[in-house]
Amino acid sequence: MSAPVPDRSPDFVATEFEGPEELPRGKRMIGMVRRKPLLVMGVTLLVLFVGLAIVGPFFVRDPLSTDVTNTFLRPSRAHWFGTDLFGRDVFARSVHAARLDLAIGVTIALLAMLVGTTIGVVSGFFGGAIDELLMRFTDVMLAFPGFVLALIIVAALEETILNVILAVAAAFVPYFIRLTRAEVLKERELEYVDGARLAGNSSWRVAFRHVMPNSLAPSIVGATLVTGYAVLTVAGLAFLSVGIQPPTAEWGVMVGEGAKDVITGEWWTSLFPGAMIVVAVMAFHFIGDEFAGETTS
Amino acid sequence: MRRYLAKRLGISLLTIFGIVVVVFFIVRVVPGDAASLRAGPYATAERIQQIADQYGLNDPMAEQFVDYMSGFVQGDLGVSIRTNQPVLTELLDRLPASLELAAYSIVLAILIGVPLGILAASRRGSWVDNIARVLAVVGSSMALFWLGLLLIFFFAFRLGWFPGPIGRLAVGTQPPTSITGLYTVDGLLSGNLSATWEALRYLALPVFTLGFVLAAPILKMVRAAVIESLESDYVRTAKAVGVSKRSILFVDGFRNALIPVVTTIGIVLGFMLGGNIIVEFLFSWPGVGKYAFDAISTRDLESLQGFVIMVGVLYVVLNVVIDIAYALIDPRIRLGKAVAP
Repeated sequence: MSAPVPDRSPDFVATEFEGPEELPRGKRMIGMVRRKPLLVMGVTLLVLFVGLAIVGPFFVRDPLSTDVTNTFLRPSRAHWFGTDLFGRDVFARSVHAARLDLAIGVTIALLAMLVGTTIGVVSGFFGGAIDELLMRFTDVMLAFPGFVLALIIVAALEETILNVILAVAAAFVPYFIRLTRAEVLKERELEYVDGARLAGNSSWRVAFRHVMPNSLAPSIVGATLVTGYAVLTVAGLAFLSVGIQPPTAEWGVMVGEGAKDVITGEWWTSLFPGAMIVVAVMAFHFIGDEFAGETTS
Repeated sequence: MRRYLAKRLGISLLTIFGIVVVVFFIVRVVPGDAASLRAGPYATAERIQQIADQYGLNDPMAEQFVDYMSGFVQGDLGVSIRTNQPVLTELLDRLPASLELAAYSIVLAILIGVPLGILAASRRGSWVDNIARVLAVVGSSMALFWLGLLLIFFFAFRLGWFPGPIGRLAVGTQPPTSITGLYTVDGLLSGNLSATWEALRYLALPVFTLGFVLAAPILKMVRAAVIESLESDYVRTAKAVGVSKRSILFVDGFRNALIPVVTTIGIVLGFMLGGNIIVEFLFSWPGVGKYAFDAISTRDLESLQGFVIMVGVLYVVLNVVIDIAYALIDPRIRLGKAVAP
């Protein structure tokens, strides 16, 4: 919708004339920070979280080991985030949870995107009765808030992590169908599509080899945002004791368990894991929002 | 106009039918024995059999579906396993509590989102704009349950400014005479001002929790829409003929941004119908969200199914109302012409 604003800052003009390769890397980085502060913030946070999720669990205590002599210790140098009702180290649990939550979030987003974009291409490219049927179906699915849809699916299934992933992914599929379909409708009118047909490609091949790759941009940006929302949804469900269950080290489970402690003054058992959720989701949203502004709105 | 309406209503009825079908099958065609799932883990074989008979769970699926559907069109959403009460009655009893919470939250979200969005759009790239954008991202990344918990900890337990999360009124306070079911309004109507004041104090923290999160999408949408209209040809013309800056911003900028804003408010309401499960649970708010939570924790799938269907139907109805409002506002829509998004 809105055209990108021409940037009049001096270093931007310099990159235009000299070409980006000729500027020293340091200067380019500073220019980037100045032009897109939110994107830089998002990428920095994301790198930190992914690093934490990958290597963190090797360096911290066992997230499940209890210690009845050290319950509800305040945050200290020995226990950065304190300990909980069972004497478990809140920091160790939060770090292990980072791995689980990010893995679940990314899996959900990729799964929903894979299914959604495929259906979206079929719907938009072939049109007709299939399209009409699929659109009425997405109308129905989009009438439920994603959280409620995921909730009832998980509640009806056995509460395993796999089912949580499938349920939340299912809730986000219609979003990708709509995004991709809208893009395919624009793409299929372009000349290269006629060219591909004339060259003798079958419709399916034109749809999936030619049109689909060109229709993915909004969905890739969307997947960044969905990863954030997926983490929020999974944690929210776990907070309501739906889906992932204690004693699993998962952020929503930890906030849910720690909610009772707030009344007696032990704020650290819920504050830290909750803060991890919000900051991790923010990382995805800072990045997604930056690009969403350029591709869709 | 009439054709547009007829088509819109037809699609909505189809969607509502689809909602009932989808929810019905999610709840029934799941792996596992429906009757023992409903009876709970400690049920005896007789109890399971009794439940299976009572709910017709051993009937063929098609028969069960026809039963449910014919009940649905007569306003019957089944009977709760937990309380043996009709699900629809129970939901309607709890709806005013949720509506009161929702209404105040949306108003707060609009009061934050709209002015800040206009301000951010009018000074694009300034520090106000950057703060607004960060706020929008923080709001959309916020975990409702965590924000609510923080507010409870600081403002109820530490500072004592607001009451703890125990519902709509203090224990022992008599609710005002029921007229609308909204305590703040009923208090005013029946002259019971102390009840209104108390209800407002109990509303404060949950409303702030939801309002902050709901403000984010409104803020984003207002900012984008105002920016777009400020870059349009009619604003350029208005500038050229010498219309004042303020008048351009509020008359041309904001008025043309209203349609996407109304859409967003529809989306926000839909979101809230789900998000309020978390907030109502956290604040022990006796509304439909809390009802859904109680249904989940006791495996009362009939009630949960009723709640989800109600949410879906409300959402569809809401969207019809919004669409009709558009058609009245904007002739391009009712004539079926393409409108720039």
